Amino acid sequence: MTQPFEKVVAEHGPTVLRVCRAVLGPVHAEDAWSETFLAALRAYPDLPAGSNVEAWLVTIAHRKAIDVVRARTRHAVPTDVVPERPSRNHIPGGWERDLWDALRELPDKQRHAVAYHHLAGLPHAQVAEIIGGTTEAARKAASDGIARLRRTYLEGDPR
Amino acid sequence: MTTRDLFATLPVHEGAALDRLHARLEEVAEQENLLDVAYRTVDSPLGTLLLAATGRGLVRVAYASEDFDLVLDRLAAQVSPRVLHAPRQLDVAAREFEEYFDRRRRAFDLPLDLQLSAGFRRTVLEHLTEISYGTTASYGQVAASAGSPRAVRAVGTACAKNPLPVVVPCHRVVHSDGSPGGYLGGLEAKRLLLRLEAAA
Repeated sequence: MTQPFEKVVAEHGPTVLRVCRAVLGPVHAEDAWSETFLAALRAYPDLPAGSNVEAWLVTIAHRKAIDVVRARTRHAVPTDVVPERPSRNHIPGGWERDLWDALRELPDKQRHAVAYHHLAGLPHAQVAEIIGGTTEAARKAASDGIARLRRTYLEGDPR
Repeated sequence: MTTRDLFATLPVHEGAALDRLHARLEEVAEQENLLDVAYRTVDSPLGTLLLAATGRGLVRVAYASEDFDLVLDRLAAQVSPRVLHAPRQLDVAAREFEEYFDRRRRAFDLPLDLQLSAGFRRTVLEHLTEISYGTTASYGQVAASAGSPRAVRAVGTACAKNPLPVVVPCHRVVHSDGSPGGYLGGLEAKRLLLRLEAAA
C-alpha cells in the first residue's frame, strides 16, 4: 500500500536536504530540494509498490542538481578571486564556509558518490545506477572523494 | 577520524529550513494542482480532530480515537497518495469548527466531498444535514426521510461510518425513546455535542 506523501517528506526530507547541501552547497540546495519533492509528488502515484523510496528521491535530486548547475553555469560570472577559507573552528556560517569549499573542489563524480553513499546511505551499486558507470567505479569515486576531503578539509588548513 | 566526523558540521536535522521548505511545497503543490488531499488538526472540546480536504471540499473529519495515521493511510488508499499536511488549505474549516464549538456557529458553510460514502449510506448523509442545530431525529425518522423506512439498522451503520462527523450531524440521530444511541466518536462526545447545541 502506498503511504501518504507526507510521510515520505517527514522520513526522507532531512536526508535529501543534506544530500542537496553536499552536492550543491548552501545557496542552491533548497531550490534543488523543492524541485525534487515537487517532481516526486507529481510522480508518486505511479511509483511501484515496494520501491526503495530513498534511492528514488536521490535519483530525482541528482537530476535536479544537474539542472541547477547547468542553469548556474549559464549565468556564471568568471572570477579570478579565490575565496578565502577561514578555519573551521571559526563558526560563523557553520559548515558552509569550509566543508562546502572542500566538497566543491571535488570532481563532480566524487562529490556525488560521496553524498549518495555516505550521506544518503545508498549502496555503491545503487549509486552507480544514479551517476552512471560500474559499481566498482562508484566505490572508487566515493573512497577517493573521502580521502581527498580528509586531506583538504580535515588536515589541509593551507595557512 | 571517521566519515561521520567529516560531515559533523553538516546539520542532520534543520527544523527551520525544513519547515520553510515544507510550506513552499504546500504552496507550489496547490498551484500545480498536485495537492489531492490536504490535512491539518484542530483542537476541540472533543480532543484533537483531523480535518482533510480535496479540491472539491472537506472529505474527512476524524476523532483521535480513530488513529490519525490509520485515517491518513486510508485516505492515501481511497482518495490519492498525494496527501500533504497543509494547514493553510483548511484555515476556513478550522475557523468554522472553532466558531461551532464556541456556540457562535449553528451550521457549517463548507463545500463537502462525499466521495468516501456511496449508495444508501450517502443518501443517509445527505438527509442528516436536514436535521437542524439543537434538534434530534430518530434512526427511524431518518430512514423514512431517506426513502427506506425499514432500513433503520442501515441508518445506524451509515452514522457509524460517517466520514464527516460534526459537520454532517450524525450526533443528532438518537433512539426513538430519546436515549442517545451509539456514536463513532464515543458516547461521551455525542452527549457533549448534544449538550453544546441545547445550551446555545
